[in-house]
Amino acid sequence: MIERIASRVPERFAARAEAGLRLAPLLTLTVMLGPVAAGILGTLGPAFGWLPALGAETPGFGPFAALFDQPGIGISARLSLVTGIGATLISLAITLLVVAALQGTRIFGLIERLLSPLLAVPHAAAAFGLAFLIAPSGWIARLFSPWATGWERPPDILTAQDPAGLALIAGLVVKEVPFLLLMTLAALGQTDARRRRLAGLCLGYGPIAAWFYGVLPGLYAQIRLPVYAVLAYSMSTVEVAMILGPTTPAPLSVRLIDWMNDPDLGLRLVAAAGAILQMALVGAALLLWRGGEIGVAHLGRRLAAGGRRFGGDAWLRTTAGLLAGLSAAAVILGIAGLGVWSFAGLWRFPEALPDTLTMRNWARHGDGLLAPAITTCIIGVAAASLAALLAIACLETEHRHGERPTSRSLWLLYTPLLVPQTGFLFGLQITASAAGFERGIVAVIATHLVFVVPYVFLSLSGPWRVWDERQSLAAACLGASPWRVLFAVRLPMLLAPLLTALAVGFAVSVGQYLPTLLIGAGRVATLTTEAVALSAGGDRRLIGLYGLAQAAAPLPAFALALALPAILFRRRRGMTVAR
Amino acid sequence: MIRRLALIAALTLAPLAAPDTATAEPDPADWPAVLAEAKGQTVYWHAWGGDQRINAYIEWAGAEAEARFGVEVVHVKLSDTAEAVSRVLAEKAAGTLEEGAVDLIWINGENFAAMKENELLFGPWAEALPNWQYVDVEGKPTVVNDFTVPTEGLEAPWGMAQIVFYHDTAVTPDPPRTMANFLDWLQANPGRFAYPEPPNFLGTTFLKQALYGLIEDPSVLAAPVDEAAYADTVAPLWTYLDALTPHLWREGRAYPQNGARLRQLMADGEIEIGFTFDAGEASAAIANFELPDTVRTFILENGTIGNTSFVAIPFNASAPAGAMVLANFLMSPEAQARKQDPTHWGSGTVLDIDALPEEERAYFDAIDLGVATLPPEELVPVLPEPHPSWMVRIERDWTERYGVGQ
Repeated sequence: MIERIASRVPERFAARAEAGLRLAPLLTLTVMLGPVAAGILGTLGPAFGWLPALGAETPGFGPFAALFDQPGIGISARLSLVTGIGATLISLAITLLVVAALQGTRIFGLIERLLSPLLAVPHAAAAFGLAFLIAPSGWIARLFSPWATGWERPPDILTAQDPAGLALIAGLVVKEVPFLLLMTLAALGQTDARRRRLAGLCLGYGPIAAWFYGVLPGLYAQIRLPVYAVLAYSMSTVEVAMILGPTTPAPLSVRLIDWMNDPDLGLRLVAAAGAILQMALVGAALLLWRGGEIGVAHLGRRLAAGGRRFGGDAWLRTTAGLLAGLSAAAVILGIAGLGVWSFAGLWRFPEALPDTLTMRNWARHGDGLLAPAITTCIIGVAAASLAALLAIACLETEHRHGERPTSRSLWLLYTPLLVPQTGFLFGLQITASAAGFERGIVAVIATHLVFVVPYVFLSLSGPWRVWDERQSLAAACLGASPWRVLFAVRLPMLLAPLLTALAVGFAVSVGQYLPTLLIGAGRVATLTTEAVALSAGGDRRLIGLYGLAQAAAPLPAFALALALPAILFRRRRGMTVAR
Repeated sequence: MIRRLALIAALTLAPLAAPDTATAEPDPADWPAVLAEAKGQTVYWHAWGGDQRINAYIEWAGAEAEARFGVEVVHVKLSDTAEAVSRVLAEKAAGTLEEGAVDLIWINGENFAAMKENELLFGPWAEALPNWQYVDVEGKPTVVNDFTVPTEGLEAPWGMAQIVFYHDTAVTPDPPRTMANFLDWLQANPGRFAYPEPPNFLGTTFLKQALYGLIEDPSVLAAPVDEAAYADTVAPLWTYLDALTPHLWREGRAYPQNGARLRQLMADGEIEIGFTFDAGEASAAIANFELPDTVRTFILENGTIGNTSFVAIPFNASAPAGAMVLANFLMSPEAQARKQDPTHWGSGTVLDIDALPEEERAYFDAIDLGVATLPPEELVPVLPEPHPSWMVRIERDWTERYGVGQ
């Protein structure tokens, strides 16, 4: 059908569309970076004492002085830094070990299949699941009580919310490993990994050493930005830190929210100053990390020059498998635990399973799920489609004008993922309100685009750029216009990656909490905002129910992305994108 | 080119901005006019959304308001009331002086004091509502004094709350009933009690409750903090907490976030005594399989702190008439009785039941309070909330002493 439409595109329209296409990169950047810039500006004012609505009209460093006067501010800042860097280091180590040790094995195939569902689980749901697993009254303790531990009552041990933030790090790691794995797998295709590893093996290196020496240096350049995004997110997460993080004091991001929500309105200024501190910390951590990269590269070269083969790495490969299994199991068991809670009647310690199972929770709240589920779908589909449209337009412009992607454009693409959300969303709320843009579902979609566009673009650009250009040449030789080539040849051939990109965009949109809440003025209720509001009530049955719904929402999108190409192209199995 | 983009954006987004329909402010003294104006309005009611029973009650009230008065009600579920305050403030900062996002807020205490002080509220209006005549101003002075701050008609009372403690009679048959006994009991049962981390309002209320039980002359709490005497006045509280903290749940190295989390810890058997501002909470939790049916409530020997919940209208509300109609309905004997019924919610009424006309009183006579709920006559004495300035000072000092103790 697309082909028929394409063939009827009138000349006049084609010329205009061509002009529009040239605007695509600029438009995309505006959509993505405009809100970030507006938000940062809106934060800077109050941070330096300018918020006339509160009578603060003398610019100065007052809010910063008040910020550094807050009790425990140093510990909060240190916690953000340490947990963020720790979580990123561990996630990256597990990811690289798993890929180095297990690629090509059957376990790896299993891990690959688990990736999409693991990615689809929202951070908050995964954190709630993990909290229930590791609490002294949680599922693990229940499984071993009282027969092995002798505990008739839960012991008074600090597991989740430990002052050092270890539980918080664990909660971040289990969600960031799947993300980094996905990014690594995407990058592997462009690094000639198999032959490089093979060369290393032939020279007598152990499999892991061969991979680290041969593949990693080329690969890391390509996953650097995703790693930075993980670092920025881990340092500034609000939801995960609220559930698993320490409270005496809490990490900086949580305290920002507390100040923002304090009835003492003067603390708004402190919160704005805190947001600037948060951004500075993230910037410092990124620099530190960059320094670490240089150091590690140096060390790696010296190690390589030493010539040791590291042959006996079987134990390390086992460890890698165990770590990957553990991290996946933590998410899956956690979600399973929430699932059981959503059907639970009375369920006391140390019972491993509820006394009674009941449908009552679902019967009572099933109706309530429907409206937010529909809103979630509308926003997700709109944001993902618009993002895909922008991405296609940009990529097509790049193709027609023979431009090559630069690292500068990649940095721009990652900017929304590197700036902490808390840094610009509060400012954006004020700016948007002043411009009269807020409140509606359209404003929420526009804000989601800030975060959805980068993921959709990244997900689509790889397959788009490796598409065999000779197909386009062949079609052009047969007399097809560039538009016809796009609609009749390229897009159909790229249908599978396009649908995957849409599904990724949809999942990103489903998971957005702060943007939806702040820009939707609370009037746009999605599964995520409802889940977080209800989780304030602490009833695990409800948290389980909404957590499951939230985790399940993106799954149909991923299923569709797999099934649709298979159905449409069942008679064209030979048609592949590249290679 | 950028200008053209801006123009396109403005054109696409323009229809979203609501048309300017601001009229003269509705006057509750002319009630028929308010009713007429309210018809067809949509009221965005920002209210804490963490409890399914309360959410169900709000949904019921909204459906009734729509059926009876043509006022559509949308419950905007907050995880913290201050979110709504933030929003009104952001709107004022941005110059949105009418057609704001918030029409009605469930509010009291510090949040009300802050909004009143910063002139973020519409009114006065509450005392001109038709159902105000039934409000028990004499017997429940807190309906016009929100944490000692005069309400001056800027907010309408819709519920009474009082601290009640709950325990499992099968595990803890004889719970402590004074602050001193609490310390003794906790020393014998380490780790089996916790309070939410201030500045959570329930956690701060526990501190104020402790203050009541520890200082010689609680009457100073009714006035704003006297800086000169403050340190001496609260010294007994810190001495007490220094002794209590090492025996708290997790030795005071972590605190539950809120009252709901406290109930969860109770359900998991991690703690043995919990407390809440909601007299019917234990009964409802039993009915909901959250707590075993051996749980009962009690209050302290010298009484517990009680206060009133209100609804307020922001200065820039889009539908003030609709909000008033809803507030008036929430104050009606029928809605108040349903609120007191633990099968729906179980929270105290602001009305003077004895003064109600016969048929209105019948609503209250029909209520079954539930197994774990204390009847109103046992909920005495009620201690008044201290002036909000106490809360602010104590919260800050608490954070310095215990909140950054790692």
